[in-house]
Parts: sequence; structure tokens; C-alpha cells
Amino acid sequence: MIDIGEILLNLWNDSGFARIFAGFSTGGWQNLIMLVIACVLLYLGIVKKFEPLLLVGIAFGCLLTNLPGAGLYHQELWDAFMEEGNAAYHSYGAIMRDGGLLDIFYIGVKASLYPCLIFMGVGAMTDFGPLLSNPKSLLLGAAAQLGVFAAFFGAVLLGFTGPEGASIGIIGGADGPTAIFLTTQLAPHLLGAIAVAAYSYMALIPMIQPPVMKLLSTPAQRKIKMVQTRNVSKTEKIVFPIVVTIFVALLLPDTAPLIGCLMLGNLLKETGVTDRLSDTVQNAMMNIITILLSTAVGATMVGSTFLTPQTLMIVVLGVVAFLLSTAGGMLGGVVMCKLTGGKVNPLIGSAGVSAVPMAARVSNLEGQKANPSNFLLMHAMGPNVAGVIGSAIAAGFLLSVFG
Amino acid sequence: MLSSTLDSIGILDAGIVAVLGYIVVFFGLILLMAVVIAMSKIFTMKDAKKAAQPAEEAPAAPAAPAPTAPGTAGGVKLYDVPPKTAAMLMAIVADKMGKPLNELRFISIKEVK
Repeated sequence: MIDIGEILLNLWNDSGFARIFAGFSTGGWQNLIMLVIACVLLYLGIVKKFEPLLLVGIAFGCLLTNLPGAGLYHQELWDAFMEEGNAAYHSYGAIMRDGGLLDIFYIGVKASLYPCLIFMGVGAMTDFGPLLSNPKSLLLGAAAQLGVFAAFFGAVLLGFTGPEGASIGIIGGADGPTAIFLTTQLAPHLLGAIAVAAYSYMALIPMIQPPVMKLLSTPAQRKIKMVQTRNVSKTEKIVFPIVVTIFVALLLPDTAPLIGCLMLGNLLKETGVTDRLSDTVQNAMMNIITILLSTAVGATMVGSTFLTPQTLMIVVLGVVAFLLSTAGGMLGGVVMCKLTGGKVNPLIGSAGVSAVPMAARVSNLEGQKANPSNFLLMHAMGPNVAGVIGSAIAAGFLLSVFG
Repeated sequence: MLSSTLDSIGILDAGIVAVLGYIVVFFGLILLMAVVIAMSKIFTMKDAKKAAQPAEEAPAAPAAPAPTAPGTAGGVKLYDVPPKTAAMLMAIVADKMGKPLNELRFISIKEVK
């Protein structure tokens, strides 16, 4: 006769509950804390609407990976993947054979496929017209990379290695895909913390930036109305992505995957003969990749690697990076304002921190607070898209130094 | 000199890398700016040439443009429409069309009396 008691006992022993309680002191408590963190992130994404399209996926990936016994993600497989001399070293075959569903999702992150495809979608949704009509805004995109390098330096001061510091610093670029791309290459063990910090702070831009913007500009400067820039021809918009790809990829070949995909997406949008492809890249592909990327990144938030003092330091350094990048952009804006005799409103400088189009919206909003008839949105879009290129160049530089 | 193994980077080396990185970003984007400015000059010259050709063929002087409202800026001509109202109208049109404002081009806005 079937021993029902034994079946129930086996069921209990196989359950995640038993694994949490049996191994409470050896990691079970970490799983519980991570499940709570996942629920907090879900709350922030769903209720507070902090970058919900990404944060919900990241949070759910975190939840799935910390369910004991589910076997969706195996940190040890990826450790072996990175360990020189191990039979599974750089073997995607081993991952496919022994891995779980989220391990297979994560292959796309590890191979830098998802960040590049996201960049293609970003390119297809970006209008470089404001940048082309006012090329000087590229300088503001460069100035706003201050936080990247300052946070990198700060991270090294706090005891992080060079590659780890570079990955933390790039949070200041306010560009999620770039942060994921660089961290995957340089410090994959920090990916979860860096991705969560980057996307959380991007969602908090309307709160983080305004105090710095007010601190570094005078009320009179914030009231400056900017004149409308010239119209950009269709041909210029088509030639631009081709020129940028050739130029930037020749200057810093390490940026080629990101810049190449960004500009391919933009070219598909601008040619006028590839509308179907542009539509797919902007919508269907972007949505699919967002789901895969967010859950895969969330899966790396394993308790044993996430619940460390390093994570706390990354969170602090991340906000410092954001603040300094905003300050860098603003200072660039103030200098430009002075050099042009007051024709440039320095508020557009803060938009140099990528985060398209949120940072540009913040510039516009702050401009309208100072002068209700001020409309800075289109002027701020120039530095905003310049910031995307700037952060990709910064990532390329850090990759060439530490990669 | 930078240490050969940058994994365990010293503070001085980190400072050098940080400053150098910031300079490289500026250098790259300044060069790109020069390329974009050169590109726009070429296209502006081409456009000017194109615009000059029909002007030679048709020497008749164009009619004087209608007086525009104060606040008219750049390409959008405002006829008896205050800038604030024009901005609201553009935002409403963009919202109704479901298109971002930066993808629309407004030529003129005129009050129908």
C-alpha cells in the first residue's frame, strides 16, 4: 500500500519552504530577504511607476531566481563559465545543457545581444534633428559625463577594482543598456546591483536633478528664452547615422556594437523606405528584448552576491554619479550661456545625461517654472541625444582600458 | 605610468584614467561636432543653390509676407496668436495625433476670425 505519509514528507522536503527553513542559516535567510526586496521593487514599479517597463521584469527575475529549488538560474554555472581552465569556460553549450530558463535568457545579456538590440530600438525612436540643428549641444552631452569618471574615481577610492569602478561609474551616464553592456563585460557579478541602481535613479531624475539645476543657475539664466533653431533636411537626417557610425567606430572601435545598433535603428527610421523594419524595431522587438533583458538582469540578483556592503556602496556611488553628471551638464550650460551672451538657457545642460526624453522634460519643466512662456523641450533634446552618444563613448573608453 | 594590471588600480592611476576618459569623451564629441557642422554647411549650401535657381527663372518679386504676431520664432509663423496659445495648440495636435511633438513640423498658426 502507498505510504501517503512518505509521499507528503517527500513533497515537503522537495518544497522551497523546507529548503528555506532547513538551510536558514546557510543562505535561506538571504533568499527570504531577496524575496522581500523583489516585492519592494515590484511595488516601486507597479504602484510608484518607477521605470515600470524594466523594473517589473527585473523584480520578477529577482523573485524567480531566489525561489529555492526552482532551478531557473545557476550562479555556479556562470562562475564556471568565467573561470579559466574550467571545462565549462566560455561554453554556452554547458549553459544550454545544465542551465535553467533564466540561464538561457541570460546568454543574451552575456553575449551583449540585448543591450545592443535595445539601443537599436532607442535609435529607431530618436529624432536627431534637434542635435543636427544645434551641433554645439554635443558639448553639453560631453560635459554631462563628469559623473561617470568622478564616480569611477570614487569607487576606486572605496576599494573597488578598476573594472568594478568603471561599471559603477557608468551609472552616471544614465543609460541603462550602456550600463548593462559595460558591466557584463567588466564586472558581471555586480550586474544586478548596477542595473537596479541605474534604472531606479533614471526613474528618480525628476527628483534628483532640479535641486542641482537650481543651485548652479541664477533665476535670470533660467528665464532665458531660446530662439527656434533651423529646420533639418531629410537627407541630413539620413546621412547623419552613417557618418556617426563610421566616425565614432573608427575613433573608438569598442563602441561599435552600441553606436552601430543605435545608428542602424535611426537609419531604419529616417530612410523612409524601411518603415516596416522601423516599426518592428520600435515596437515588437523592443518589447520582446525588454522582457528578456529585464528578467535576465533580475535573475543575477542572487542573495549571496547581492546582499553585500558592495551593493550599498554602489547605490550611494550611483546617486553621486547622477548628481555630478547633472552638475557637469549644468556647468557646461552656464559656460555656453556666458560665451553666447545669454542666448543659451543653462537648464538644457542637465539634459546631457542621456535618459531620453526624461531629462529633457525636466529641463523644460524647470524652464517653465522660471518663465511660464519658456519652451525648452526641443532645445534640450539636442544635449539629451548627445548624452546617449557621449555615454557610449565613455563606455568604449572604459572598455578599452579595462576590457 | 599606468600599472600593467589595471584590475588592482592605484588611486593616482585611477585619477589619470578618469581625467583622460573625460578628455577623450570631449575630444570625440568635439570632432563629431566639427563633422556635423561641416555636413550642415554642405547641405545648407546645396539648399541655397536650389532655392536660387527658381528665383532666377521667376524674377517677379514675391508678395510681402503678412505681418506676424510678436513672439513669432524660426519656422513657425504666428498670425495674431500669442506664443503661449500656439504652444498649447501644438501640444494638443501632437497629443491627438499620438505623435511626439518633435516629429511634427508646424509651418504657421493663424487665428480664423
